[in-house]
Amino acid sequence: MAFILERSMPTTNLPDPMLPDLYRVQRVRQETHDTFTLELEPMSSEQQVAAKGVSFVAGQFNMLYIFGVGEVPISISGNPTPRKVGVSPPRFVHTTRAVGTVTKAMGKLKRGDVLGVRGPFGSHWPMEETVGKDIVMVAGGIGLAPLRPALYQFLSQRENYKRIILLYGTRSPADILYRRELEQWRARFDLEVQVTVDQARGAWHGNVGVVTTLIPRISFDPLRTIALICGPEIMMRFTILELQKHGVGKENIFISMERNMKCAIGFCGHCQFGPTFICKDGPVFRYDRIQEWFGKREI
Amino acid sequence: MEREGYPAPGFRLPTPGYPMQTLEPILVEHPFFKGLEPRYLQLIVGCASNVRFDSGQFIFREGEEANQFYLLRQGKVALEVFSPERGAITLQTLGEGEVLGWSWLFPPYRWHFDARVLEPLRAIAFDGECLRTKCEEDHDLGYELVKRVAHIVIQRLQATRLQLLDIYGLHS
Ligand SMILES: Cc1cc2nc3c(=O)[nH]c(=O)nc-3n(C[C@H](O)[C@H](O)[C@H](O)COP(=O)(O)OP(=O)(O)OC[C@H]3O[C@@H](n4cnc5c(N)ncnc54)[C@H](O)[C@@H]3O)c2cc1C
Ligand code: FES
Repeated sequence: MAFILERSMPTTNLPDPMLPDLYRVQRVRQETHDTFTLELEPMSSEQQVAAKGVSFVAGQFNMLYIFGVGEVPISISGNPTPRKVGVSPPRFVHTTRAVGTVTKAMGKLKRGDVLGVRGPFGSHWPMEETVGKDIVMVAGGIGLAPLRPALYQFLSQRENYKRIILLYGTRSPADILYRRELEQWRARFDLEVQVTVDQARGAWHGNVGVVTTLIPRISFDPLRTIALICGPEIMMRFTILELQKHGVGKENIFISMERNMKCAIGFCGHCQFGPTFICKDGPVFRYDRIQEWFGKREI
Repeated sequence: MEREGYPAPGFRLPTPGYPMQTLEPILVEHPFFKGLEPRYLQLIVGCASNVRFDSGQFIFREGEEANQFYLLRQGKVALEVFSPERGAITLQTLGEGEVLGWSWLFPPYRWHFDARVLEPLRAIAFDGECLRTKCEEDHDLGYELVKRVAHIVIQRLQATRLQLLDIYGLHS
């Protein structure tokens, strides 16, 4: 699952992966009261040319640096399908929930503001292994963001897959991400989308209950299913149990992990998870390869 | 509530045993009865009838006597609790293939929540008293039913715990 940075770079002078590139905020979209999406464009024209070669694979993340505040890992939530070169500049799309110092500062950025970007880093969703299979994506809360690129890619090559199912659970109707897009996806005949919330008042006519309660309601062939899960660890633990109860094998379950990060290139050890580093061996892991450490308190 | 095949209001409930020929194949298919011995199904079907509810209708309300349970075939229903300050709060929604109601099996046989229909509902209703009598007459059947209902209660308890944990929240 190693990822190779595809950049046009001088062979004698490899760019320092710790050195951020400058990006300008091209667009800000407030998704919910605490979550927003930034579209970032490379700043210099030289960089722009180089950046045409910058691609990412669904599931990868960037380190976003708010100068004077700090740097945080944020998954790329945009479309990985390559744009036509020259039509529009390449962009990175990130959806972030404001939880602390850096992400709150990020939430104050406006169009035209500048930030630093390092990446893309990390492993990706197993796109190659999904061909010809049923795909069950289970997202919890902000976990929908890292799954969105995978969904874009599946939909752009729809004929390559059997069933595609997206199950999404979040706290309340007001916390639903990508609302308009979800509605469009739900209207498609070749995609099953189910949304559920934890709490709702009378006006909500959708599902209420945690995301695991949606699994028994869908029909899929567990023997030819690849499951992609992203959300808080506790949600992923219970989702895995439910999928296994329905016959999905551990080797067909993929999860995206989060840990504190500093360097994102396997040097500092901040993101250690058992014998692996989440920044370079993850964030996407095949479940059977990390199950030993998953859910252990000490790790 | 409308009994299927009896669209006009005011019709009496079909007498137990009436829909036997039509309902048994449906019960066999329903996940709740999966693997149940045919002789038990034949006993149970005598307590069952087909029902329909429109959107907005209440199937039951908190505090009322709980004398039915429902196997949902189509549509969606919300379990709600009403608070004067916050209005109706939905605790859970149930749909096709799921079971609504277990209070019929355990004293004091009262509903704990309101059940309000969100999408037109087709279900099989079971007369709780009729079933309880059969369970008393045949404890093997009773044990089977209690096991199945307990399984649902456990699932709901787990789901409720996860809900309480606020699993998508900031500190989860
Ligand atoms: C590989 C990877 C991909 C990620 N992708 C995304 C993404 O796409 N969108 C996104 O919004 N976040 C994502 N995150 C999480 C994000 O990096 C953190 O939310 C961020 O680092 C918090 O930094 P902060 O300075 O704002 O908060 P801090 O000041 O470090 O923390 C403030 C408070 O928030 C809590 N907190 C911190 N992180 C989280 C979290 N992830 N969930 C809940 N509570 C938290 C802390 O416990 C603390 O109480 C990702 C993390 C990793 C490792
Ligand atoms: S963040 Fe430094 S080793 Fe992973």
